[in-house]
Amino acid sequence: MLRAELRVGAPAPGGRWTLGLSLAWCLLLLTGPAPAAAADTGDDAFRALVAEFADANFREKEALAERLLATGHPRVRDVLTALLEDRLFERERDRRIFVVESNDERLTAFRLLDPASLDLVDAVAPDLLRRIITNNRLRRFLRGTIARFSLSSADAGVRLEAARELLRGLDDETIELFRRRAAVETDPDVSYEIETALSIAALEDGDPHVRIEAVERLSGRLNPVVHNRLTALVADTGNGGRVEPDADVRAAAADALWQIDSMRNVYSVLETVAFGLSLGSVLVLVAIGLAITFGVMGVINMAHGELMMLGAYTTYVVQLWMPDLIGISLLVAVPAAFLVAGSIGVLIERSVIRFLYGRPLETLLATFGVSLVLQQLVRSVFSANNRAVVTPSWMSGALQFNEAFSLTWNRMYIVLFALLVFALVLAVLRRTRLGLDIRAVSQNRAMARAMGVRTERVDVMTFGLGAGIAGVAGVALTQLTNVGPNLGQSYIVDSFMVVVFGGVGNLWGTLIGGMSLGIANKLLEPFAGAVLGKILVLVVLILFIQRRPRGLFPQTGRAAESM
Amino acid sequence: MNADPRPAVEARAGGAGPDRGVPRRDRPRPADSASRRDAWRGKREAALRRQPSPLGGGVLYLQHVTVSFDGFKALDDLTLHVDPGELLCVIGPNGAGKTTMMDVITGKTRPDEGTVWFGNRIDLLALTEPEIVQVGIGRKFQKPTVFDFLTVFENLELALAGDKSFWHTLVARLTRSDRERIDAVLETTGLASRRDAPAGALAHGQKQWLEIGMLLMQEPKLLLVDEPVAGMTPQETERTGELLLSLAGRHSVVVVEHDMEFVRSIANRVAVLHEGRVLAEGDMDDVQGDPRVIEVYLGA
Amino acid sequence: MTSVRMTGAIGYLPAAIADRASLAFLAVLAAVALAAPILNLAVPESSPLHLSSYAVGLIGKYLCYALLALAVDFIWGYCGILSLGHAAFFALGGYAMGMYLMRQIGARGVYGHPILPDFMVFLNWTDLPWFWYGFDRFWFAMGMVALAPGALAFAFGWLAFRSRVTGVYLSIMTQALTYALMLAFFRNDMGFGGNNGFTDFKDLLGFDLQSDATRSALLAATAVALGASYWLCRTVLASRAGRVLRAIRDAESRTRFLGYRVDAFKLWVFVLSAVLAGVAGALYVPQVGIINPSEFEPINSIEVVIWVAVGGRGTLWGAVAGAVLVNYAKTWFTGALPDLWLYALGALFVGVTLFLPRGLAGIRFPVRRGA
Repeated sequence: MLRAELRVGAPAPGGRWTLGLSLAWCLLLLTGPAPAAAADTGDDAFRALVAEFADANFREKEALAERLLATGHPRVRDVLTALLEDRLFERERDRRIFVVESNDERLTAFRLLDPASLDLVDAVAPDLLRRIITNNRLRRFLRGTIARFSLSSADAGVRLEAARELLRGLDDETIELFRRRAAVETDPDVSYEIETALSIAALEDGDPHVRIEAVERLSGRLNPVVHNRLTALVADTGNGGRVEPDADVRAAAADALWQIDSMRNVYSVLETVAFGLSLGSVLVLVAIGLAITFGVMGVINMAHGELMMLGAYTTYVVQLWMPDLIGISLLVAVPAAFLVAGSIGVLIERSVIRFLYGRPLETLLATFGVSLVLQQLVRSVFSANNRAVVTPSWMSGALQFNEAFSLTWNRMYIVLFALLVFALVLAVLRRTRLGLDIRAVSQNRAMARAMGVRTERVDVMTFGLGAGIAGVAGVALTQLTNVGPNLGQSYIVDSFMVVVFGGVGNLWGTLIGGMSLGIANKLLEPFAGAVLGKILVLVVLILFIQRRPRGLFPQTGRAAESM
Repeated sequence: MNADPRPAVEARAGGAGPDRGVPRRDRPRPADSASRRDAWRGKREAALRRQPSPLGGGVLYLQHVTVSFDGFKALDDLTLHVDPGELLCVIGPNGAGKTTMMDVITGKTRPDEGTVWFGNRIDLLALTEPEIVQVGIGRKFQKPTVFDFLTVFENLELALAGDKSFWHTLVARLTRSDRERIDAVLETTGLASRRDAPAGALAHGQKQWLEIGMLLMQEPKLLLVDEPVAGMTPQETERTGELLLSLAGRHSVVVVEHDMEFVRSIANRVAVLHEGRVLAEGDMDDVQGDPRVIEVYLGA
Repeated sequence: MTSVRMTGAIGYLPAAIADRASLAFLAVLAAVALAAPILNLAVPESSPLHLSSYAVGLIGKYLCYALLALAVDFIWGYCGILSLGHAAFFALGGYAMGMYLMRQIGARGVYGHPILPDFMVFLNWTDLPWFWYGFDRFWFAMGMVALAPGALAFAFGWLAFRSRVTGVYLSIMTQALTYALMLAFFRNDMGFGGNNGFTDFKDLLGFDLQSDATRSALLAATAVALGASYWLCRTVLASRAGRVLRAIRDAESRTRFLGYRVDAFKLWVFVLSAVLAGVAGALYVPQVGIINPSEFEPINSIEVVIWVAVGGRGTLWGAVAGAVLVNYAKTWFTGALPDLWLYALGALFVGVTLFLPRGLAGIRFPVRRGA
């Protein structure tokens, strides 16, 4: 679970660059196909200037970038963005400099674009190219430069990103830029950011009233820059004096800070609950299958985790088969994983478990043996290394509510998916003939048999259903954690806890149990740290089970006595 | 180990019950390990020194006992009493609450309402299952449960009345009188020849007798016997009847049974349970003549 | 079941171990304890009879595992408590011994600090944490070897048995227990060396841990501990308490209705079993030279259960034989066919539960099943 959370916490693979990439794409789209209106001479001069990057050191590159900007050439932004994103390469053969369409390491040839026209010139193996390297300082400079450039873009989204980028490094020049932009800006979001910037600038004003007004305007703004500046305002200088000489301004700043902090607290609780819900959904997903096999059939399936692992590998294989359709690969993987894990489950039931009904401890040991075999099988077929499952674009990114609160799409999809699976299972158990049979057999096997229910068949179907749902859970896990042979083990203890906590044989208990364990884990994390929080939850659970050995929602009556 | 979760034992036994006069030292004090070792003895003695009381000289009183499972009332305001030395047969259709009644008496199920008194001193609801056994109530289950992998002799040894704490059993040795008691019970139950056989190897009827023998080892005041002749051959049934009759007098015996022939052959008093309450009570002929009984049970 | 046949006779014998199987087992154990050191120390290396130091270490390790298996069998085979967390007690005993061995290193560590173990110096700690006090004394450390697992087992068992957590529920709880401990011991701030645990031990009671003589002595000590534990378990099982334990295993609620405090019986044998596991861990650590949190991994505990199942639960010597056999197989497989080991182990789990419910011991003494 821990591992999953780390992954969930960080954006999707390469996610740090997704933002930059999308920005770059916006820019590319904006500039559109080469207008070719500019004189060829301008293009040549531009190319010559770009060519100088080949031998320039970092400081010279900075100066070069300034000079490129001064040309006003329509491709400046593209070239600088390429430089920022490590997509500017020198062809070793002729030492010409090109923009590369994509620098994905898996490509066998890079497509070279002419810097002045962005026309495709050539495709060359990466080892025949030399990358124009950058350092942190240069990248910071480039980001600022590009942002300044983008502030006058026609696209409001680009302007907004640019304004936020510029806010991070405010200086006189950018403030002047903002001031000029403020006069013509029409988009309210961009105006808001600009107002933030100008208010921060106004904090330096000589007139205390202006400063107080600025503070009041900044009150309630969640941008961390605002928080830092206001904190600086109320701080000591270190030698007894104050950064802000005026007491009223300090009081206003303290008020504003208090307001910002309390808003942030609200949002951070919201965020924790959202994290908890998504973790809880994972637990629910993992535990539903167990709730069926353990709760309904009384079978302890220690190979449950491995069935999830098979579901995850199924996703990987599906993506291998349809590399061009990553977007829908997950949708294909869900039924595929259900079938794969379900049929393996049926196989396990037929070959092992059916001989062990009524002997739960033996079932536990035998299925544990099965889990070892499945793990090793996967190691033999796919190697022991983790496999990469690609996140489709519709699942990456985040829904940004404000500066302090955003939800990643994959979290929200997980919650939805878990609820969907839960509802489906509930519907199967409540509304179908199979569900009726399953419930009948679980309550009174002998009577069900007497009524003509083919109990053996029901056992197989029930176990297959539980196993299939484990496979489906495995598909969801590929989006959260590494796909490897040990995938299942890390969840098995938690998922058993969920089932036991919720009350065996009660699906609603599993749902509520999973969600509350997820939220409890996340609520404890800030105070106790991830590992200790998890230990605390386990300990509390152990104590809880002592108090209520049958869980939150126990089965009562005679059926429970015989369990 | 002091694991009794209910400090209310003393309060209820001392404060609310009719045995206010019993000295404190005779009551269980789980906190004190030394006195706890003697607790079973104290309880037994307290029970044995019982004097006739306003409630009458009964052994067991269930009063207004109600048990619900998920809204279904397994017992509904059940009131029943057992006299010393009598053999009471409880009959009733399936689901009448017979087994639940046994569960309540032996502490396996806690009633929602009502009181259960053993004699007129001991509140059974305040005791745990092992404590109830130690004050003198033995139960024979419907399905014979003996310890298959222990010998007949060992089964009886485990049932021997006495200190049953872990540390005592670790060093316990059989005394001459213990052996004599076991041998006597082996004779009573007719199992002397199977003394060293594993209990699992006994015939069905023999298992039932062994179980009754195990109850006798506990020297109980009250024996609860659940369907003793189910699945027995006619000879075994007859033998069981004799055994139960020979026990009545020295012990109070409550038999829950379906087999009307068998009940007729042994019972002096019969209680008919229906839907969790006593429908009729009296000798076999009275009960069999009761139209309500005929309707719900005999007539069916 | 063999034990039943034995107990029939044992009731009249003064010693709990006077049955044939026990005597044979103890004789084999004594022979190993004597022969291994002699073949290692007294027989020259050129001789074909010479036993390598590697083999001595291996046998010593197997005996530790055997003691752990004995502890698991004692509660599983005789009282029906399937613990999937016994590796936790093993590891706790091991950590207690490890703490003593760490303190013995003294100033010979990499950082040369006279008191603090290396990993504490590395973490920039300045003082010894309070729970490390006393571990420089052997007797104190040995006390903790028994006390730490015993106290944990008492606390856990007291809660679990009192509220009648039984069967698979209990098994899962024990697994959660060892899982929680594993997570805890992985933390650096617990003060037990984080992932790396303890290693680089120098000496035990002044004897160099690398020397052959010390290794042989440790093997002999393990054999003695195993023999003594065997005797202890047999004594308990031969008493009336032992019969109560089997009664609990076969019909728990029936035993309760006989007036036995089932929770108390379970608690005490659970504690005893945990202490034995702790002793096994303490003997294990100086012989393998390392202890780290991976010893707490749930799979370790489950593996112990399969040793017992293979050997035959409900026969103490069967558990020992199972531990030695399975571990020998593991050593062989991981050397010769490393990829196949998990297949073999998995097949063992399935095969034993399906076809050999009484283990290897059940083959030699066919069970006369009750009617």
